[in-house]
Amino acid sequence: MDFTINQDQQQLADALRRWLDKEYSFEQRRAIIHTGSGISQQAWAGLVELGLTALPLPGEAGGFDGTAADMLPVMQELGRALLVEPYFATIWGARLLALGGAHQAQLQQVADGSLRLACALGERQARHDLHDIATTAVASGEGFVLDGEKTVVLHGAQAGSLIVSARSSGNQLDLDGVSLFLVPADAPGVMLRDCRTIDGQRAATVTLVQVVLGSEALIGTVGKGWELLDAALDYGAALLCAEAVGAMDALLAATLEYLKTRQQFGAPIGKFQALQHRMADMFIHLEQARSMAMLAAGKADSTDVAERRRAVSAAKVRVSQAATFVGQQAVQLHGGMGVTDELPAAHYFKRLSMIALTLGDAQHHLERFIAQPGFLPVQGA
Amino acid sequence: MDLHYSTEDNAFRDTVRAFLETHLPPELQRKVRLHLRLAREDYVRWHKIVAAQGWAAPNWPVEHGGTGWSAIQRHIWEDECARAGTPPILPFGVNMVAPVIMAFGSEQQKAHYLPRILHCDDWWCQGYSEPGAGSDLASLKTTAVRDGDHYIVNGQKTWTTLAQHADMIFCLVRTDTAVRKQEGISFLLIDMKTPGVTVRPIIMLDEDHEVNEVFFDNVRVPLANLVGQENRGWTYAKYLLGHERTGIAAVGRSKRELAFLKQLAMQQHKRGEPLLRDPAFAAKVASLEIELMALEMTVLRVASEEGKGPGPQASMLKVRGSEIQQQLTELMVEAIGPQALPFDPAYLDGDAPHSAAGDDLTADLAAPLAAYYFNYRKTSIYGGSNEIQKNIITQMILGL
Repeated sequence: MDFTINQDQQQLADALRRWLDKEYSFEQRRAIIHTGSGISQQAWAGLVELGLTALPLPGEAGGFDGTAADMLPVMQELGRALLVEPYFATIWGARLLALGGAHQAQLQQVADGSLRLACALGERQARHDLHDIATTAVASGEGFVLDGEKTVVLHGAQAGSLIVSARSSGNQLDLDGVSLFLVPADAPGVMLRDCRTIDGQRAATVTLVQVVLGSEALIGTVGKGWELLDAALDYGAALLCAEAVGAMDALLAATLEYLKTRQQFGAPIGKFQALQHRMADMFIHLEQARSMAMLAAGKADSTDVAERRRAVSAAKVRVSQAATFVGQQAVQLHGGMGVTDELPAAHYFKRLSMIALTLGDAQHHLERFIAQPGFLPVQGA
Repeated sequence: MDLHYSTEDNAFRDTVRAFLETHLPPELQRKVRLHLRLAREDYVRWHKIVAAQGWAAPNWPVEHGGTGWSAIQRHIWEDECARAGTPPILPFGVNMVAPVIMAFGSEQQKAHYLPRILHCDDWWCQGYSEPGAGSDLASLKTTAVRDGDHYIVNGQKTWTTLAQHADMIFCLVRTDTAVRKQEGISFLLIDMKTPGVTVRPIIMLDEDHEVNEVFFDNVRVPLANLVGQENRGWTYAKYLLGHERTGIAAVGRSKRELAFLKQLAMQQHKRGEPLLRDPAFAAKVASLEIELMALEMTVLRVASEEGKGPGPQASMLKVRGSEIQQQLTELMVEAIGPQALPFDPAYLDGDAPHSAAGDDLTADLAAPLAAYYFNYRKTSIYGGSNEIQKNIITQMILGL
């Protein structure tokens, strides 16, 4: 049993941190958020040069076969820097493509940085249930025709291709009959409405009207997309857990610094026990979240599906709770300054709060955890 | 990062499990699993069985009778003992006074006491808290004054766990009143049979006799019973605090209790369905299970940093461990509902069938649980209250 990161992982994390400190300061990030596209080509080039787009991709696509555990320190650094580039969306999408087993050309383009992906999986009525799909895929000749609307597609308008879930058979809530497609963002009938998110990222509403696709667009087997979606969901949730831990690390440090410098009643406010114990509670939350982010990273690649689901859902519950607690308390400890746009504290709070809602909130994952084998005792045991 | 136990560790677990299957007396296991009260001979019996195997003090250096196990193996041992439902090896001798004697005691003290601790020939208790010195332990007032080759000890200790069974007590006593309060404290070993030592029970809210007051009235203690140097006792006490404290999280025990809670909630029904299938109750159990998973990962993370020692991180483990233990007992009581009310101490002592429940198996499970819940409010108070632990976190880790 070993909880340390290895030398390669450490070197990459160090290089990434140096790059972020230099090229992705809080003020630089703020400027990027307010540009038209909401992302920076220069920053993307930097991430590609560091090897981050290749890291988790399969070797046959020019990647480094990095595991979820390899991604843990990377995502922590990106969380610390509050990165708003379409990195997570692209890597998450690449995971789905890789699970599908085809699309080597596109995976190579992701690895070399020339293609960005986004996952168009959610719908307005679906909340956190990604199998609740009203978008339809109707077989037509060799291919399919897609119709429907996908909502809150992270970095959808910044992507070259979208991964779209659609129903090829069955009822709206069935696990069976879900199909996944790789759709070029500029395909006829695809309409994107881009929007800022409250945490500085971008999300799009994607409307699909009579989008005609060839058979090569299909990811995996027709009607059997749920298994891939479920696996990619766990992978994505594990990455978000790691990102949240990085953001919490930075937010705790910023809050600690504030408590040591802000003076009231003739003393640094960190001398007051009511605030000290709140910090201790935040520290405990963070350490429990860190442990669970490690568990999620260690199990996200597991071929034991029940074990994978159980570990990742437990982690997403615990990390989401910690993210909410640490975020809210950090703002409170910053006083009035905590609710301004000026300090990083509020920006960490917003990102942490949105991570808690992304890819299933705590309640969703608690229910999923309960539904896994291993929660109910074996009768007669 | 590799979250798997190694092949050697898994083989070690098998060895431990096989030992427990053959050596744990079923009547002791039953008492532990059903939350009945343990008698002195129950603790001693199990300690001697483990000592005969050579495993009574896994934390000790091999030359004193330790096992040479890694931190992860020690965790596995604790985990398996808890899973099986063994009586605890009480910490006062093996984990508390022994490390201090090893580090600061004389050769005679090591030669005399350590083997006796290892084999449970002496029952030790801890003389730290006083009526006026709880969280502010250093303000203790029990005095030891030199008189020839003896100290004369006067004062009172309190909350002394199982002192009614004890042969020996290790005490913090004041030997210098003229200096800063931390600098006038010494660490003394006192024979409980010495004239002038009186033990008076404190009955707790579950009507159990678990703790005591210990009075010292002109008790003559040989100078040879001083550990280390006079007036250095506070340093030794602090050394003890940072020593091998991952066990403080009680993860293994809580895992067994979680399994018990789930069995209980499958037996209990709400409107004809097992309570554990009730979404609201299941959510509470699942939340607690996730907290326990997080704590176990944290304990393993701390344990795997072998050599560094848990240090102030032990405070975090204590806070979370105690809170989880309390929440488990709270959910057990919630699970049994009104069955929590009947109270029968004779049943808890193992002397009689339950007067209300008779031989109803479900009620048998339920009978001790309210007492257990009330008793376990102690876990966030003892061993440094959780508020004191948060002070340690803010000062030692966060530097506030």
